[in-house]
Amino acid sequence: MISDPDVVGLLYLVSIVCFVLALRFLSSPKHARRGNWLGGVGMIVAIATTLLVDGISNWALIVVAAAIGSVAGLVGARRVKMTAMPQMVALFNGVGGGAAALIALAEFHETDGVLAWDEALSIVLSALIGSISFAGSLVAFAKLQELVRGRPIVFPGQNVVNILVLAVAAVLGVAIVAGLEEQWAIVAVIVLALAFGVMFVLPIGGADMPVVISLLNAFTGLAASATGFVLDSTVLIVAGMLVGASGTLLTLLMAKAMNRSIANVLFGAFGQVQAGAGQARSDDGRTVRATTADDVAVQLSFARKVIVVPGYGMAVAQAQHDVRQLADLLEEKGVDVKYAIHPVAGRMPGHMNVLLAEANVPYTQLFEMDEINPEFPQTDVALVIGANDVTNPAARSDPASPIYGMPILDVDKAASIIVMKRSMNPGFAGIDNELYLDPKTTMLFGDAKESVLKLISAVKTA
Amino acid sequence: MTDLTFVVELTILVLAAFLGFEVISKVPTMLHTPLMSGTNFIHGIVIVGAILILGFADDTFTKTVGFVAMVLATANVVGGWFVTDRMLEMFKRRPEPKKDDET
Repeated sequence: MISDPDVVGLLYLVSIVCFVLALRFLSSPKHARRGNWLGGVGMIVAIATTLLVDGISNWALIVVAAAIGSVAGLVGARRVKMTAMPQMVALFNGVGGGAAALIALAEFHETDGVLAWDEALSIVLSALIGSISFAGSLVAFAKLQELVRGRPIVFPGQNVVNILVLAVAAVLGVAIVAGLEEQWAIVAVIVLALAFGVMFVLPIGGADMPVVISLLNAFTGLAASATGFVLDSTVLIVAGMLVGASGTLLTLLMAKAMNRSIANVLFGAFGQVQAGAGQARSDDGRTVRATTADDVAVQLSFARKVIVVPGYGMAVAQAQHDVRQLADLLEEKGVDVKYAIHPVAGRMPGHMNVLLAEANVPYTQLFEMDEINPEFPQTDVALVIGANDVTNPAARSDPASPIYGMPILDVDKAASIIVMKRSMNPGFAGIDNELYLDPKTTMLFGDAKESVLKLISAVKTA
Repeated sequence: MTDLTFVVELTILVLAAFLGFEVISKVPTMLHTPLMSGTNFIHGIVIVGAILILGFADDTFTKTVGFVAMVLATANVVGGWFVTDRMLEMFKRRPEPKKDDET
């Protein structure tokens, strides 16, 4: 048993160092995995230290709860498909936030006598942010898992209602800090925050999900940090804030990659605006040209340089392994093959890299947008597989387009473009893509996996 | 725990924020998904809070709330860590000998 608070503090410091190093090691894929192990060590030290704190009891409850949680976490982590990683992250955000809110609730209940204002403030913040994160993450999970419609769900006056709900919660919070020590008050704060969490994520459209997940990630970190203030625990304060910083940074990066302000993402309800804008534009008599796998195979085999532009459609069709095989075949024929990864390809930051890594594509072949864009003009064939909005030239040229100003991959500058697509349905953002009408573009319709398999056999004989 | 004043805690928080921004900005885009699930794992540190609440609980209300918090926090820690490890394992530098294709 540890009764000296300094010993506890020192052991927590060891954990903090481990966590910082874990993040530091993530700066290169070479040591990243070792970093995660170090983070694990930090966590074990923190947990063991806490369990040894003098006076801890209720061992049976602790063990049972830990067992249930471990099994749930382990099964989830083992089963989840890499395509479903955003949902998984959303879910873990949610449970973390929920835990923080519950801790605040229990701590409020436990304090008898008067709460100092700073304790009360920490409890309110932990309950408020934790609950928003919990409810918001569950809605994000449901949307990504397609349990509810991915498209924005809106009603008139939504923003006003949201702000009102949050304002009432804030007023109650201030009252608690000022000395209102009734349990109904903190429960009300939690309920209002849960409602706000649901309503604030519901209207956010599918394409904006990466921003929302990053933001909820930051929220959960901040909630954990607030919990640290409640319990006077340094390791919670620091670890929570590290997560808060990470989430904030990713949120800003994602918003920048879509050229939208955070406020616009959160309150703009993407997907609503463009209904009118999309129709105004005519096709100018241009039509889409369809092609066959054999033609594409010939084009690819005799190209010098091919850039593959993978999108979420490829992942949905589970075609990434076959795409890699196709790329290997082309390389054997002496074709230079690279992958162009848009920052928002997939459903969360860096998602496409994980999906391709899973298919054993070496990360040295993956190029970020800024690196690869200057290479498109020297490229013979740009092979777009299940990507849509991130290749739409309207983002550069059409101020009326809802994605105008978003940085895109300059696919249209390649000598020829092949788009593999299931149908002419618009992309996740719900808008038409002008690239498909470009005279240099040909379309290969069909399921991405089947198409790629056909291409593989055609390339073998070409 | 140690007696920390609010201001000292706030100082720690702000310094941690700067440190966080500094360290995270060095993480390449390629690793942003593992970064996110890794930080997901790190905010599982609320498990420390859950243990303290549940471990010192003496009435049914606190025990119940603490128990649920403990379940959630453990799932967060265990799931977050394993999923991150699974992902990072996949990042390889060079294709292995061309032959063994399928996975």
